Formats: sequence, C-alpha cells, structure tokens
Amino acid sequence: MATKVHMEALSPTMEEGQLVRWLKGEGDQVEEGDILAEVETDKATMELVARGSGLLRKQLLKEGGTAPVGAVIGVIAGPDEDIAAILKEAPAGAGEPTHAPPAERKVGAAAAGVAAADKTEQDRAATGVQAAAEAPARGPTPVPPGIEPRRAAGGGVEAARAVEPDGRVKASPLARRLAAETGVELRRVQGTGPGGRITKRDIEAALAAAPAPAAPAAPAAALVAAAPPPYRPELRPTAAMPELEEVPVSQMRKTIAKRLVTSIGPVPTFYLTIEVDAGRIVEARERVNERLAGRGEKTSINDFLIKAVAEALRRHPEVNSAWGENVIRRHGRVHIGVAVAVEDGLITPVVRDADRKGVAQIAREVRELAGRAREKKLAPDEYTGATFSISNLGMFGIEEFTAIINPPEAAILAVGQVEEKPVVADGQVVVRPRMRMTMSCDHRVVDGATGARFLQTLRDFLEEPTMMLA
Amino acid sequence: MAANTFDVVVLGAGPGGYVAAIRAAQLGLKVACVEADKLGGVCNNLGCIPTKALLESAMYARRVHELGDFGIRVSEVSLDLGAAGKRAKKVADQGAKGVAFLFKKNNVEWVKGWGRLAGKGKVSVKGSDGERTLEAKNIILATGSRPKDLPILKADGDRVWNSDHAVFPAGAPASLAVIGGGAVGMEFADVYASFGTKVTVIEALERVLPLEDKDASAAVAKSYRKRGMDVLEGARLEKADVGKAGVKLVVKAKDGKTNTIEVERVLVAVGRAPIIEDIGLESAGVRVDKGFIAVDAQLRTSAPGIFAIGDVARPPLLAHKASHEGIAVVETIAGHAHVVDTNNIPNVTYCHPEVASVGLTEDAARAQGLEVEIGVFPFSANGRARTAGESEGFVKVVRDRRYSELLGAHIVGPHASELIAEFVLGRHLESTAEELERAMHPHPTLSEAVAEAALAALGRAIHI
Repeated sequence: MATKVHMEALSPTMEEGQLVRWLKGEGDQVEEGDILAEVETDKATMELVARGSGLLRKQLLKEGGTAPVGAVIGVIAGPDEDIAAILKEAPAGAGEPTHAPPAERKVGAAAAGVAAADKTEQDRAATGVQAAAEAPARGPTPVPPGIEPRRAAGGGVEAARAVEPDGRVKASPLARRLAAETGVELRRVQGTGPGGRITKRDIEAALAAAPAPAAPAAPAAALVAAAPPPYRPELRPTAAMPELEEVPVSQMRKTIAKRLVTSIGPVPTFYLTIEVDAGRIVEARERVNERLAGRGEKTSINDFLIKAVAEALRRHPEVNSAWGENVIRRHGRVHIGVAVAVEDGLITPVVRDADRKGVAQIAREVRELAGRAREKKLAPDEYTGATFSISNLGMFGIEEFTAIINPPEAAILAVGQVEEKPVVADGQVVVRPRMRMTMSCDHRVVDGATGARFLQTLRDFLEEPTMMLA
Repeated sequence: MAANTFDVVVLGAGPGGYVAAIRAAQLGLKVACVEADKLGGVCNNLGCIPTKALLESAMYARRVHELGDFGIRVSEVSLDLGAAGKRAKKVADQGAKGVAFLFKKNNVEWVKGWGRLAGKGKVSVKGSDGERTLEAKNIILATGSRPKDLPILKADGDRVWNSDHAVFPAGAPASLAVIGGGAVGMEFADVYASFGTKVTVIEALERVLPLEDKDASAAVAKSYRKRGMDVLEGARLEKADVGKAGVKLVVKAKDGKTNTIEVERVLVAVGRAPIIEDIGLESAGVRVDKGFIAVDAQLRTSAPGIFAIGDVARPPLLAHKASHEGIAVVETIAGHAHVVDTNNIPNVTYCHPEVASVGLTEDAARAQGLEVEIGVFPFSANGRARTAGESEGFVKVVRDRRYSELLGAHIVGPHASELIAEFVLGRHLESTAEELERAMHPHPTLSEAVAEAALAALGRAIHI
C-alpha cells in the first residue's frame, strides 16, 4: 500500500516548510520511522519521518523548495506498485525533475498546487491534530480592521495572491458584485480572506484607497520604476560576482518578515546611528583637491562618502540587497542613489558602480547629474536602479536625521553636517570634526547586527581612508 | 517545567473556557482550567442544555393533544414537570462528564477550586484541599455570568425564582409571572405553559424578544396569546409583594393603567450580570467597563498576558460566541491571529414557535440608510412544514438592493435554530441572495423556505 509523504506541521505555528535536503533518494528502501528529509520550519530545521515502509518511489519537492503543511511531497510504495493515481493527483510537482538547482523559483507555487489537489485526501492521521488545526490559518492571516494597521488593498506587491496560477481569481460573490459595480479591478485587489480570497472589506479598502493615489513612502520612491533599468553598455560587471543573485528566503526570514510587516507597515524600518571622526576624510579631501586644482576639478566630503559607502557595500553585499517576497535580491553591483533637492521635491540620481570609480569621477558625475536633475533633464535610467541611497543634509546645518527608504532598496544613509565637537581621546578632551549618520534599514533584509557591521566598516573607511585600499 | 507552570491557565470551564483549554492543548500548549463547580458551566449545567431538554418535554406535552389528528388516540394524558426536570438534569450531568473526558483526552488539567489573579502571570486557586498557585504566560478569564436580580424583587428560590431555580422544577405551579420577555423568559414561559401553568409575561420594552426583528416578536406574542398566556408588552413592574401564599405584582400597562396580578411564583428573567467580583481583577490591573471586563478586538484586557472571553468580556451573552472567542484567543496566543466576526453571531430563542436570526433586523438596516428589499416566505406555503403540522411562522430575508448582500435573516417556526445556520454560512462566505436561491434545496424540506425567502427578496418567490 502506497504511503504519501506529507509536509507535516513540525512546529505549532508552521504554515509551510522548506525542504532542506532529502536524506533518502528515489529508489531507496525506507522503513517506517526512518528520517526521510530535513525540513526548515519557521523555527528550526526538523526531521521528517517516514510514515510507511517501502521504496521512496518519488520525490515531489525539490531541495530548497517550499510546500504548505499538508501538501504531498513524496510517495513511498512497493517496487512494482502503481503510483500513477497519486502522481496524477499531484500534477504540478509530479512531472518535474527533483534535482534542479535549489535557487530555482516556482517550487513553492508548484507545491501549492499539489496541496490544493490533495486537500480532500489529506491524511489527517499522518499530519496529526496540528495539520487540521493549521488548515484555517493557511494563507495570509486575516487581520481585522482596528487591530493592526492593515495594508492598503490596492497595492501591487501581493496582489497575485488572490489570483491562482490558472488565472482564477478567488473572490466572494458579494466582492465580485461590489467590484463589478464600482469598477474595481479584482486582480489588483489583495484578498485578506482564507487563502487570499477577496472579500467585501478588501473591495471597500481598495475603494477607500482609490481617490487618493497611493502615497509613496518617500517622494522619490514614485520615480523608481519597478523594472530593472538597462545597464550602461560601457560598464561591465566584475567576473567574480553575478549581476544579480537571488537568495531563497528561509522560513525564519519569512516569519520575521511577516511579523514585522504586520507590526509597522509595508517596509518595517529600524534605525542605526553612528558618529564618526571626520578629521581624516576632511584632510584627504583637501589633499586630493590640491592635486586636482590644476585640472580645474574638486571633490566634496559627500563624494568621499559615496566612495566609502560603495566600498563598504562591496564588503557587505547583504546590505546591498532588496526584498523580493520569496527571495532577497543580492546585487552584485553597487549603484548609489544620491538624493538631490529640486524645486518641488527631490530626486535620486544614481552613481553606477561607485565602488569601481575614483572620487574625482564620482564628483564629476554627481555634479553633472545634480545639475541636470535641477533642470529636470534626467533620463529615467539615470534616476532608477540604485541599490543603496544616501541623503546628505549637512549643507543645511542638520546635525542628524532619519531618511525614508526608497523601495525596493533595503537601506538609506542619512548624513548630517561635519561639526566641531569636544570628544575624549586618550583621556583628554579635544575638539574634533564629527559627523553623525543614521542608516534606515528594511528589517526584512537587514538585521540590526548586519547593519551595525556595515556601519563599522564604513566608519573605519571614513576615519582611516587608506583602509579602503586594504 | 514545574507542575504549577503552564502556557495557558483558563479561569472557568463553561463553553468559552473549556473550548479554549482544549484548543490550546491541541496546539501543543500546556493548559490548566480552573473551575470550582461542574465542568461545562452555566450552558451545560443550568442553561442551554437542560432548558432545551425541558423544551423538548414541553413540545411533547403540547403536541400530545394534536396526536388525534395524526391518527393516534391517546386516552389519558398526565403531565409531570418534575420528571421532565429530572431528565434535564441527567442530560446535563452527562454533558459535564463529557467535558471531563475531553479534558483527560487532551491532557488539560482541571484544577478544582476558585481561581483569582494573584500578580503578574499568577493565579491562586482555593480548593477544598488548600491553596495552590499556578503560573502562566497567558491567562484567559472565562468566568461567565449569573442571573441579575431586580432591586424590588430578589430571587429567594421559593416564591421568587431566577433561571437557576426554574431549570429543575419540582412540579408546575398553578400560575407564574415571568418578568422579562427576552430569550430566557420566553423559553421558561413556554415550558411552564406547556405543563399547564397559567403564565403571564411582563416585558418593560414595547415588545417581547426586543432584540429580534419586530415581525418575529409579533409572531411569538400572537402565538403565546393564542395558547392562553398573558403577554404584557411595554408594562412596568411598579411593586412586588411577596407573601406566604403567593406574590402580588403591581404592573403599570402601556396605557398608564395599573393592574394587580396575583401569582403563585415569579420568575425574574431580566438578564445576566458578568462575574467580575473576587477574581483578583484589581490586583492584576484588569480594567472593567460597564460591568464587563474591557477588551479589545483581540480580547486582550488592559493587563498584558490576560485575556477575557464569553459573558464576562462583552455582549451578546451567548455560548457559541464564548466558544469562538476562546478559540480565537488561543490561536492568537499560538501565533495565528484570528478574530471573531462579531457581525455574524446567530441568536436563537428555543421557544415555540422557535426564533432564530443573524445580521441586521429590517429596522436596523433601514436606520443605517441602506436600500433594502425584504423577502418573507411563510411556512404555511412550505410542504414539509404542512406535513409536520408546524406551519406557523416564516423566513424573512433582508437584502441590500444594490449588491444583494444578505444583511439579515429572521426565522420564526419549526427548526428555526437549524435553518439559520445556512444564513450564517452564506453570510460568512459573502453569498448574495442569488447564490442562496440557485443552490438546489431538497424537496420537500423546511430549507426550501430559505431559498424561497431569498427569491421573495428578489421579487420572484414561486410558492406565494
């Protein structure tokens, strides 16, 4: 008798699990109680145990893939037993090879299809009480109005959830009717009902959000196009790093992300402030400017800052990243957005590959881009595609402030003015030029310690610029 | 983990508390449930369950007289309300045992005694074998409610009863005045009238079952009067004189006239009061608002880690609401935020004719400025109701004209309590009136009246 291998609820709060590795291969003999696979839950990596004996005939979930609790992820059966019916039941995953690279996407979606097909057949005995208990909680947790801030239903990021892979939109009859009569496009609405079903209140939320066009988190964010911009032909990525690497989001990260978002809004932000001694960087700039003077060029502290940030990002790619729901996009290239105040707002022209440019070139580009930004003559690809942004209000005498992240970037650095301050050095009170910087971090991507390590490196570079050569 | 340390401690083992405890155990949490009395609470032991057992007896007592029409001649009928009460008690006791079994099965520890909050994360329980202190990160207050007294008429269990006294009667009194025409009052009025007691219902508001749709109130009042009960609506109890032989009540009628009513016993059924005394609320900093423990939508009290559910938390005081709140709280504790949909709580009065409703009444929907369409289908036009000889009552649908949302449903008549579930599910799934009608209902059934009422609300009922 064939035994289905289910994704089991291995922690009380688990909604889906990521298959870390199969410990039994296809065709291996399996005894009931043998450890079949390692599964990462929202809490820890757990062992998935065989509920029957026979050969592991089929692995239906790839290593690195994700499946909701209850989904069939494998089949144990006798060597000649016909398992076609079970495989047919799980069409989405059955035909696919199981040894694809772990980073391949769509595994979760395929497994979700498996779960849907198998739902009625779900082996309650194997998954236990908890699987049954999880069932109503599956899908996005409904958050009632008045409890936690609810996300605007008109947003695009998660809109796909109510739309099935086959194009079917999950919506209640009442929601469909409301949508039809009010002209709300169902596909653009985020469902908050069970399994992402669109309900009346979602349409009402979409209607409420409609008259005022969705306000971006930061003025510049509206200008950031969703599609990656074309790279300039003369710039080539270094061979060592891929242009873009997608790191699968672990179950723990997913749980962190989900919790943080319900607590604070779409981009759960926290702030890290550091004060650096600007003496060396001021000196370095003076020396560079002396030598550049002959060429009629000069640099600013901000240009040095861009260079230092870019160098630090190069050493901390985890900060040079973006949140992509199921993946974290880790950028192989460092493009720094520089906030520039313009007549009726601000815009963030991008210095591309800033880590591979000298300060003089950075200075030229910033001056040129800022000039055209004020004339509103920037081409779209000149203000999009930054992987990290810097906002400097030092010239306005601002000591310190916090800046708002430009999604999908994971962080922004807010820089205050360099000012003379008494500090204690070697037991003596001395006056030093000091500069305070605050980094806003998207907590889904950057944790406190991650951000802090990056700032440490940045401080080292600013306080001892030669370290950038080390 | 020490024997006195738990993930969740629940105070009270009524339909809120025991369900919360079992759900918590299912989720792998270590649970204790503190209860000084029998398991199952008022619902199982003094309320829902024994009164339904009595009402079942009342149904037979009433219908035995109709049996001739059904071709069954009964020569001698004698009614024994005392025996009906004994049966009700037996049914209740079985239920309490059932809860004890479920506790054992799920490893919920029943801590016998009276529990009080005793500082952060602590509950002290005074039982017959001394005092014990339990510790838990999460405490759920599910202490329930007790019958309210009237200032001028205190229940003594002899001449003046509350529902606790009326539920296990020794016999049927010659006459009974029921103060309060809500669900409890109307159910007991039915029971006693069916067993031969001369019943007078005195309701201060302008109609009995004042929370129900006005058509439902009118149908029940009319039916009761037809059965020989006096139903006084808009009538105020001015004075009560409890004597040895009976009770004299001075009642001021709607028209201002004052009448004196003499009855053998009085049942005070003017509502229930949450049990908030002597459970340590002040010491724990749990805030009380208008007699209830103040809670937010997630049923969190003002003190961190302390939740309140059921009658003690907020109205309506209904067992099914308490159970759902218990589940919601426990699932929230376990990390699945889930909140009770308070707009879709069904309400049932199990009198004859039975009354059940969910959502808005016609008047409430109009008061909200909604454009409504009303559909009413009488059971007299329903085949199954006529075969059962139970053709009293109707199904009424309140529909939003524009989107066809099922704003409310009101049923008076046979098995209204069962039929309402279709509307509850329909509303939960956000069905429109059209869906309800297009889903095929078997023939002949009472449920056809549901579909026909939906059709009526769309202006095209077939059978009327």
